[in-house]
Amino acid sequence: MSSSLTPDAPVFVAKTTGGRITDFVDQRVGGSGILREFGRKVFPDHWSFMFGEVALYSFVILLLSGTFLTFFFDPSMAETHYAGSYTPLKNVEMSVAYSSSLNISFDVRGGLFMRQVHHWSALLFVASVSVHMLRVFFTGAFRKPRELNWVVGGVLLILSMAAGFTGYSLPDDLLSGNGLRIIDGVIKSIPVIGTYTSFFLFGGEFPGTMIISRLYMLHILLVPALILLMIVMHLFMVVVHKHTQYPGPGRNDGNVVGYPLGPVYAAKAGGFFFIVFGVVALMAAFFTINPIWNYGPYDPSPVSAGTQPDWYIGFVDGALRLMPGTIGDWKVEQVWFGHVFTFNVLLPALVPAGILFTVMFTYPWIERWITKDNREHHVLDRPRNAPTRTAIGMAGFVWYCVMWAAAGSDLIATHFNVALNDVTYWLRALFFVGPVIAFVVTKRVALALQRKDREIALHGRETGRIVRLPHGEFIEVHAPLDEYKRYKLVGFESPAPLPAVPNEHGVVDRKENRRAKLSRWFFEDRVAPVTPAELEAAHGHHGSHEAVEAAASQKTLSH
Amino acid sequence: MKALSQKRRHPLAAIALLLMGLLVTGGLYAVATTVNQAKADTNTYSASDVEEGGKLFAANCATCHGMGASGSQSGPSLVGVGAAAVDFQVGTGRMPMQMNGPQAQKKPNQFNEEQTKQLAAYVASLGPGPAIPEAGVLDEKGDAAKGGELFRTNCAMCHNAAAAGGALTRGKFAPALSGVSGQHIYEAMVTGPQNMPVFNDANISPEGKRDIITYLKQIESNGSPGGADLGALGPVSEGLFVWIAGLGVIIAFTIWLTSRTS
Repeated sequence: MSSSLTPDAPVFVAKTTGGRITDFVDQRVGGSGILREFGRKVFPDHWSFMFGEVALYSFVILLLSGTFLTFFFDPSMAETHYAGSYTPLKNVEMSVAYSSSLNISFDVRGGLFMRQVHHWSALLFVASVSVHMLRVFFTGAFRKPRELNWVVGGVLLILSMAAGFTGYSLPDDLLSGNGLRIIDGVIKSIPVIGTYTSFFLFGGEFPGTMIISRLYMLHILLVPALILLMIVMHLFMVVVHKHTQYPGPGRNDGNVVGYPLGPVYAAKAGGFFFIVFGVVALMAAFFTINPIWNYGPYDPSPVSAGTQPDWYIGFVDGALRLMPGTIGDWKVEQVWFGHVFTFNVLLPALVPAGILFTVMFTYPWIERWITKDNREHHVLDRPRNAPTRTAIGMAGFVWYCVMWAAAGSDLIATHFNVALNDVTYWLRALFFVGPVIAFVVTKRVALALQRKDREIALHGRETGRIVRLPHGEFIEVHAPLDEYKRYKLVGFESPAPLPAVPNEHGVVDRKENRRAKLSRWFFEDRVAPVTPAELEAAHGHHGSHEAVEAAASQKTLSH
Repeated sequence: MKALSQKRRHPLAAIALLLMGLLVTGGLYAVATTVNQAKADTNTYSASDVEEGGKLFAANCATCHGMGASGSQSGPSLVGVGAAAVDFQVGTGRMPMQMNGPQAQKKPNQFNEEQTKQLAAYVASLGPGPAIPEAGVLDEKGDAAKGGELFRTNCAMCHNAAAAGGALTRGKFAPALSGVSGQHIYEAMVTGPQNMPVFNDANISPEGKRDIITYLKQIESNGSPGGADLGALGPVSEGLFVWIAGLGVIIAFTIWLTSRTS
């Protein structure tokens, strides 16, 4: 029995009413314990670590502005005649959904602003999720123990795209209807089940009378709930794993160097929410997004020029635009057994996205299998110090960007005064060649940067000052590097290729052989970090020069 | 005739002659002044307009369109294209063409209004064709909502729903329509310049064309209710903006937040 439970022990009583209330709540909730635990969590400081926060804050803004919009939006596809205050659409026949979106824009006080806040923050949400994922990939933060969190992040990316697309379709204007029509086409191109799926989804022949209310339920209920669940899992794992950190003096896989959450870091993070909100609010106040009044009500017959999806679906649209209908004389659309197989829609719509997401989700395991690296990693790689991984990432990034650019091929044509056909031909070529070029160039650039780092670590930084020695030799003065800066240049791993290892039966099987080949491909071009011995040798070799350099720097100081 | 000659010495003959002279002069003058007033009604061109236009044509256009506008290897025949086609092509600077290309580009006008009218008169004299529209259909007082529906159905697939223009195949394009005069829009619809199809009166009635012009002028004067319109180009410019401006500003803030005073 502890002494605190004995009746005669002195009981703490706060002096003020506020204190007593706080104490009351704390004794029942245990807040101070939680605060003590979380307040002491250390976060490393780097600007590139804040994209996840941007995504989280954009999501909060989305919830707030979205709630406002639900007060006024009516997802009905019943027909009505517009009676609001925008005269160019006066008395035009349209759906209730479109009419209520117009009313939000023109007749609800602050409605247009909130619509624009919602849409801009949606674009920012997916953008920050993407940049966050790129940062995680290129710094190797997905390695053990964070593989599952990487997968959760990938699911979040897909969910954010789903949230965006379902929202894009809600106003039922011409643009969003065209987008839905493309989705309908893609669904219908799936062999055997496509047409049935389309009928189930739209509740009959496209566009039907159900789709807006169904998408609305997905948009405001199911998808946000899943996103919220994933965010909780994501953050929980961040707490469990602790945050990664960039390499630096005193940082290793066993510690986290940074600031504790409370109070400064928490204040910064809290303030950052308002900065993000402020930026979004300014964009919403001064820049139009999705001017639905321009597009008019949805009607399956007109299709406007310049019809594009929001940016995050753009790469799928771009792939569709790049796909030829015939290759030579061979028609991509085939008729087999009296059924049409629309491969010219099915392939571009599903295959590139399928490849991108499959590679993205499985990459941590692919790399782990090739490198046989089973250790925990909490110190990040500088992208140049993992040349092959960085090159793979850039190849995927360029592939994505080619498809992305293809979604805007018509605008590239009109704004750069080039022919639409030529834009398509070039992008088709780049679709295949671009990733290869990106891989080779990136790998060479990474290796060159590593060699430059090595040079600097060994010989110091070039100052551009040429000095003539007494015996006539000219040398360039190199400024020696301080130890902290040098650590950054030498403190990394550069694994050598891992040859095939026989299994327990003493046999090198085919799988292991393949792994060894991949390991060679992964690591054969490598620049080893400078060893202490090399550093010693370099300094010994340059002994006489160093004396000059020291004298020269002395001289500079005395000036 | 004999009776008339007998009466030529009648005391009132001089007065009658004077009256006739005055009537003819006055009547001619009246005709001349109504031509000047009703500039849009150019169905009635004077013979001198046609003659002057012919000279201008021979000097500036015949190289490609042939003498007598009968066409050549380098340019189509203009017999029957009408005054509207000339007023559009020359009035927007597209003709004379600067160089061969996928389509004629807009540029500063090469002829003044008077010369454009004379050229139109000459081409109109070669054969019947669409005339320059009357002021009644250009008054921008039609039904904008109906015009918007017609525009989305007939025009938006090339010119974009917000009339911001769009790309066509092989370097051709549909231009943006802001800043284009109602008369030129009407003429484009009835003559189908460059790659544009002809929307004749059976296709879209003159009343419908008036509605379309009303709609276009109204969205132009309305401006953009939601702030800067980013070119009215839709999601591509919005995406570019959020990546470059939105994310750019936020990155600047993250760098500021994580920088340490050293």
